[in-house]
Amino acid sequence: MHTAETTPLLLAVRDLNVAYQSKVVVWDADFDAPFGQLVAIVGPNGAGKSTLIKAALGLVPIASGSVRFFGLPYAEVRHRVAYVPQRESVDWDFPVSAVDVVAMGLYRRLGWCLPVRRRELDLARAALVKVGLADYASRQISQLSGGQQQRVFLARALAQDADLYLMDEPFASVDAATERAIVEVLRELRASGRTVVCVHHDLPTVPEYFDHVALLNMRVVAQGPVSSTFTAENLRKTYGARLTLLEEAAQAVERARVSLQHREER
Amino acid sequence: MNWTGLDTWIVITGVLICMACALPGTFLMLNRQSMLGDGISHAVLPGLAVAFLLTNSRDIFPMAAGAVAAGVLTAVLTQMVQRFGQVESGAALGVVFCGLFAVGLILIRVASDKVDLDADCVLYGSIETAVVDVNLVPRVAWISGGLLIFNALLIAFFYKELRLAAFDPALATTLGFNANAIRLGLTVVASVTTVLAFESVGSILVIAMLVVPAAAASLLTHKLHWLLALALVLAAASAVLGHIGAITLRRFVGGLFGQSDLGATSSAAMMAVTAGVLFLICWLVTAVRQFANRRRVARDSHRS
Amino acid sequence: MTRRRVLFLVALLVLLLGGLSWFLSRAGSHVGHSHQSGEAHATGAPAARRGGKSITDTGIEWPSREKIWRTVSLADYNTRIVFAGVTALGAAGGLVGTFLLLRKRSLLSDTVSHCTLPGIAMAFLIGESMGLSGRSLPLLLTGASITGALGMLAVAAIRAKSRIKDDAALAIVLSVFFGLGIALLVVIQHLPTGNAAGLNQFIYGKAASMTADDAQLILLASLTLAMICAALFKEFKLLCFDTDFARTQGWPAVALDLALMGLVVAVTVIGLQAVGLLLVVALLIIPAAAARFWSHRLGVTILLAMTIGATAGLVGVAASALFPKLPAGAVIVLAAVVCFAVSFVFGARRGLLVRWLEQRGVATRVARQHLLRAIYEWCESHAHNRHADPLHLLEQPVPVADLSAANDWSEGRATRLLRLGSSEGLLAWTPGSKTSHLTARGKLEARRVTRNHRLWETYLLHYADVAPPHIHHNADQIEHVIEPDIVNELEELLAGGEGRVLVPADPEKPVPAMRGART
Repeated sequence: MHTAETTPLLLAVRDLNVAYQSKVVVWDADFDAPFGQLVAIVGPNGAGKSTLIKAALGLVPIASGSVRFFGLPYAEVRHRVAYVPQRESVDWDFPVSAVDVVAMGLYRRLGWCLPVRRRELDLARAALVKVGLADYASRQISQLSGGQQQRVFLARALAQDADLYLMDEPFASVDAATERAIVEVLRELRASGRTVVCVHHDLPTVPEYFDHVALLNMRVVAQGPVSSTFTAENLRKTYGARLTLLEEAAQAVERARVSLQHREER
Repeated sequence: MNWTGLDTWIVITGVLICMACALPGTFLMLNRQSMLGDGISHAVLPGLAVAFLLTNSRDIFPMAAGAVAAGVLTAVLTQMVQRFGQVESGAALGVVFCGLFAVGLILIRVASDKVDLDADCVLYGSIETAVVDVNLVPRVAWISGGLLIFNALLIAFFYKELRLAAFDPALATTLGFNANAIRLGLTVVASVTTVLAFESVGSILVIAMLVVPAAAASLLTHKLHWLLALALVLAAASAVLGHIGAITLRRFVGGLFGQSDLGATSSAAMMAVTAGVLFLICWLVTAVRQFANRRRVARDSHRS
Repeated sequence: MTRRRVLFLVALLVLLLGGLSWFLSRAGSHVGHSHQSGEAHATGAPAARRGGKSITDTGIEWPSREKIWRTVSLADYNTRIVFAGVTALGAAGGLVGTFLLLRKRSLLSDTVSHCTLPGIAMAFLIGESMGLSGRSLPLLLTGASITGALGMLAVAAIRAKSRIKDDAALAIVLSVFFGLGIALLVVIQHLPTGNAAGLNQFIYGKAASMTADDAQLILLASLTLAMICAALFKEFKLLCFDTDFARTQGWPAVALDLALMGLVVAVTVIGLQAVGLLLVVALLIIPAAAARFWSHRLGVTILLAMTIGATAGLVGVAASALFPKLPAGAVIVLAAVVCFAVSFVFGARRGLLVRWLEQRGVATRVARQHLLRAIYEWCESHAHNRHADPLHLLEQPVPVADLSAANDWSEGRATRLLRLGSSEGLLAWTPGSKTSHLTARGKLEARRVTRNHRLWETYLLHYADVAPPHIHHNADQIEHVIEPDIVNELEELLAGGEGRVLVPADPEKPVPAMRGART
């Protein structure tokens, strides 16, 4: 059995700086994803959460710093990393069906020029079953609801069968069924020894869904286990002194305490 | 170089027309409608043909009316195809202007016994022959001067509305300035400018001047009034340098074939090319500036 | 499935092109040179003749029956060549154009085609100054390809390395390159070495002057393009759909993008001679845009776009063969535009008509549900025994006036709704009668609709925080959209609630409302 101590960190970001034009978006960020945990990256709007992930994956140029996956540069371990982009990043009017999109996760394994075969389609369907969309496989993607579209993206990542999953706001504006389906999938992934890093915007659900949290506002304010890191003090440092948010954060922290107790009691 | 009075008039006309185009062009660029200039310049052909067939004359007024109508038709049809057909805006424009241009070509061919009209007139236009005039000040110089003043006045009057519609169409509409109407108005101005200008200088110069100076200026500044001013300066500079470039080109090519000077060239086209060169220079300047910036950011972050 | 489709696509194209080539070779023995006597259209000065004809007299000569037959049966070798070439060109345009459209770069083709002009002019100049024939087609097309590709790269560079927006980048490159081309062309026209009029055919195209060699070039190039697209089908699909994802997967997105744009340059260049640089863009944009209205499948869309492009080509060539005055390029484009207009209105997936019918369907369904629910609720409130069998409860005749009053319907609306219900066999009602009652089918339907509606209401009430705004409360059955355990939960909530009573899903099932009432 692997443990965090014996394996190199799955994702290690050091001194990362990202700037658009001359505006700094991520500043000296250090971030680690420990093995086999569900990790949330939390922070206010425009704090550079998505940018951090995109920069780690080489989708936006980094000004300085280093990113290592499994101790190696990303290009060498692409097959072990799966990425779930934000739903808004693609054109959902595109003429493909749900199963086509999921099969895209297998293109890399297929390699150049080889067409998608029955085997890949079966794998893709299996991934759709896992996210509860078995009946929607041949639907054109624009005919899916927002939550179902998000689950299609999740299924595509599942089809990749990676060790590390990076997800950009998977819970953004999804319905309850989708939220529960996603949480279930995340827990299954954790149970099978995978690691998931989610950009997350909803503070109250952090303690319930995640084990590890990184609080980001341009720089990483704090990171560590939810029980010790997700504190009112740290949240105030991250979000500043905005009143409504603070209230929300206080409630979240309270809930975190309760749910942790609950877990311990079990 | 034997500079004649004719050369002076070419440059003056060129400067006036280029500046007249750069003004609405700046807002077209901000509205992300830059390709509309190209679309209109193709689409006016059927307008010209129909106007000619109906009036049987080449008077400026019916022709301009036909061309403006075709220009507005382009914008409206593109909007409709885009909205009701859910077609991406670029493709919608492509469908519309290709279709209109094809109709224009066919009209001209079908009526070629009657029409003393040529598709080439849309493309070329010759500033050199246009300035040859019996009057002291050539007619084309009057027209382009008038056009510049007209455009400048319009933009001065509607500066606030144009800026708002370009920045945030939805906000403009909620504030009671119908953004669609403002954009349509801009399209009309662009059509009028295109029509009046290409009669004398050819559509290529118009397409270029509608976007290139504005784009080059936008690399250098973020402020709208500076953007307009810089675009005007760059447009004027392209006109002057373009004519000199045209003279150089015809000598160069003449030299290739053993002649000192070919005696003919297209100043309008070379003005377009010069605008491109100026754009390139501005681009390099910003690239260097950005590179320095990025290095500074990286250095600062290392130090901290 | 996808693979079969790709194979089908390739096979079809090979068949098509192979057949055309065979046609060409079969007739190769009696080469007619009529193409050289082809009409001189689109170039040079227009006819300055001004006859005293009226405006309606267009000067078009109607073809004789024999001529029509000769054209349709492809009797002329020359017509055959042009048919083959233009059909292949249209198909290639549709194929590459579909990817271009999905990449949202349709207008790039416009820029690329304009960018070929300076290449043509420079190639001509170089050829002439080196003593070669400046009019050799391979030389000119090479020049065209080079500047076309340069223009494409320039657009890519501006897009990637400056903050200039896409459309402005396209317009800049287009106007500057085309300006250079025009400047050179004007110079060339005044060259002492002689006529340069032939270059004009690249602007407006001259399909009729196509030789067997030209057609073969087009066929070969189209075949190559089709093979490349078939081989890279899945890569292009991924690139067009989700570039970022493609990059994280290690696909060389930039190289793939350039390859796709290279295909655009190729189609443009082979189309220059036939339809001219001003109209070749139409073949890349219009068939693809038209095909999008018909299908949600990429393979089908591509196939359709190719068919539309080929058809437009055929029609254009036929028309210009029958009416020599008509410029072939323009007729091809016009035929494509007609295809587009038809697709725009009648397209099976995104066409105006289909979407209008869909909208009407939704309106009808909502109206029907509204009516049935209104009747159900009236029956419910007028029932003597609330817990009686709901089907029995729905037996009573309902006064129309009550329905209208309870729901604020105008007389016209009530009549419209009732007529709808009776025409669908849901209720018995004759115009003018004061009451109406549900048929057996109407009862079942009314019960289902009401239950569904109440469950949705409860869902929205209790899950307001998570229910998305675009929830499908028009879904036929709530069970199709929401998980069964939530539906159970909702049923319980509804049963325990005060105001409304749950309508049982199934007549055999005990009525949960009673159960709720007892506890």
